[in-house]
Amino acid sequence: MIKYLGQRLIYIVIALFLIITATFFLMRMAPGNPFASERALPPAIQESLNEKYGLDNPWYIQYKDYLVNSATGDFGTSMKYKYRETNDMIAEGFPISMTLGLEAMFIAVGFGVLIGTIAALFHNKWPDYLMSVLAVIGISVPSFVMAAVLQYYLALQAGWFPIAGWNGFIYSILPAIALASTPMAFIAKLTRSSMLEETNSEYVKMAKAKGISRWVVVFKHALRNALLPVVTYLAPLTAGIITGSFVIEEIFAIPGIGKYFVTSISNRDYTVIMGTTVFYSVILLLAVLIVDILYSFIDPRISLKGGKSNGR
Amino acid sequence: MADKNVSELQPSDFEIVGNKTSETETLARKSISFWGEVSRRFIKNKLALIGFITLAIIIIGAICGPWISEFTYRQQNGDYNMAPNGTYWFGTDDLGRDIFTRVWIGARISIFIGFAAAIIDLIIGVAWGAVAGLTGGRTDEIMMRIADILTAIPYLLVVIILLVVMQPGLFPMIIALSLTGWVNMARITRSEILKLKNQEYVLAARTLGANNLHLIKRHLLPNALGAILVTMTLTIPTAIFTEAFLSYLGLGVPAPLASWGTMANDGYPALANAPWRLFFPGVLICLTIFAFNAVGDGLRDALDPKLRK
Repeated sequence: MIKYLGQRLIYIVIALFLIITATFFLMRMAPGNPFASERALPPAIQESLNEKYGLDNPWYIQYKDYLVNSATGDFGTSMKYKYRETNDMIAEGFPISMTLGLEAMFIAVGFGVLIGTIAALFHNKWPDYLMSVLAVIGISVPSFVMAAVLQYYLALQAGWFPIAGWNGFIYSILPAIALASTPMAFIAKLTRSSMLEETNSEYVKMAKAKGISRWVVVFKHALRNALLPVVTYLAPLTAGIITGSFVIEEIFAIPGIGKYFVTSISNRDYTVIMGTTVFYSVILLLAVLIVDILYSFIDPRISLKGGKSNGR
Repeated sequence: MADKNVSELQPSDFEIVGNKTSETETLARKSISFWGEVSRRFIKNKLALIGFITLAIIIIGAICGPWISEFTYRQQNGDYNMAPNGTYWFGTDDLGRDIFTRVWIGARISIFIGFAAAIIDLIIGVAWGAVAGLTGGRTDEIMMRIADILTAIPYLLVVIILLVVMQPGLFPMIIALSLTGWVNMARITRSEILKLKNQEYVLAARTLGANNLHLIKRHLLPNALGAILVTMTLTIPTAIFTEAFLSYLGLGVPAPLASWGTMANDGYPALANAPWRLFFPGVLICLTIFAFNAVGDGLRDALDPKLRK
């Protein structure tokens, strides 16, 4: 276990190092300049700006500075908005993005499992078909199309929800649904197929034969085992929800990190792009690690080991 | 014959085959090849068939659509934001361009990006996976560790960073998509090769003096083809989705070219008064993603020997 954790942490560090290095060199190659504007800057100002951001140093000094700063969690000042620290932007946007993300995850897992279970219990009857159609729609409709549809019909036409903004719980409902729709459909599919497998297994037949009521069998026995594949899906789910939030936050004008990230892309605001990229990577890598550890606790058959063996 | 009850069998149901070996060995039923069997099972799967037909319609539309329309995709007709009508079947956009034409030009670009990314993934991934799986040992270890580290890097972030650096465009998009996308294909190929390489017929071929290249070409790849094909079919919708997603962030193909993603992105601000501008590209994105997923799932089921009847 410890060995496994150690190995995983080393991977994470290598991956992070690669990300930081790649973003650093790619950004140096990138065309466009955050100081570019309609009016050409006097050379003296240009020089002092370069000096302020350390752009006059040779690349290896810049690289070293950047590595050290990233490792200590200092991502520098925004190049576009003077006096705005990248860290402040992250600190401001992160709680909002996290609220939205957690809400979306809750919807995806909760409703996904519910839909999948209902479909499996009514295998090959109309609820199963209805749920399968829902799942197909969820998988086929990209989040941004879903967002536009929800915004148009439920907010603009029906007026049940605010169209955009971030001002309390009701503002988060539509974005969370849009963000959750695709992963929810995946979870429903996963739950359905693993639930079907479990309901045909010996121990469920045994429990039924002992006369235990249907619901107890479903919820206490079959569902608990059927949820294992869903737990493995949690890591890609986190990744999907985080990256999905770029567009959703943009569409619903939510001031989360996703929106800062998108704005920084169009502004070519390199420090903010690099800072948010590294921040996102850390969150994603940690999320995957946590899910793997969780998985070993939930399924005692899986033991975490170093090396190439996959447990068992 | 199978539906006849045993008790109903009459002596006339049987015929004497004789005892010549050449006759007893002949097969009574026409033999069905593996791919024949697969296609039969695929056609029986309704969802897969619907997906396949949808896909065929979209591809025909992409080929013929711009050609049957009287407008070109960049022609500005002076009728701004017209609702769908007799002249403009899918309406026009804010520059007066015909959406019907643009949607099918967009189909060409979106599907081209999907296929191109999938084919590059296929080439790199299969080569990487085959070499790693067949060589084994230290080489395999190192190659798969590289793949592990690459998967640890969040895919969409890399694509975004690459596009910011390379400037949005058709080929940068394809390169960015395939730089990160091949790892999955490499994994699948490797696991298939590992499963196959210890089988008797491979050993037999080796004994007869076949070298690695011959083994891969003649024995391993044809047998791993099913899994590779399924993975590829499921890569295409991901690529199309990612392309549309990136276009939404303003990193799509530059104007006046149109992909579904850029059209949806352009149409989104006009949602309240010209909803058709988002509707048509949006529906086509959904249909294409659905169709490829349905075909991929159907192929997987059709290829699964466990489901073979």
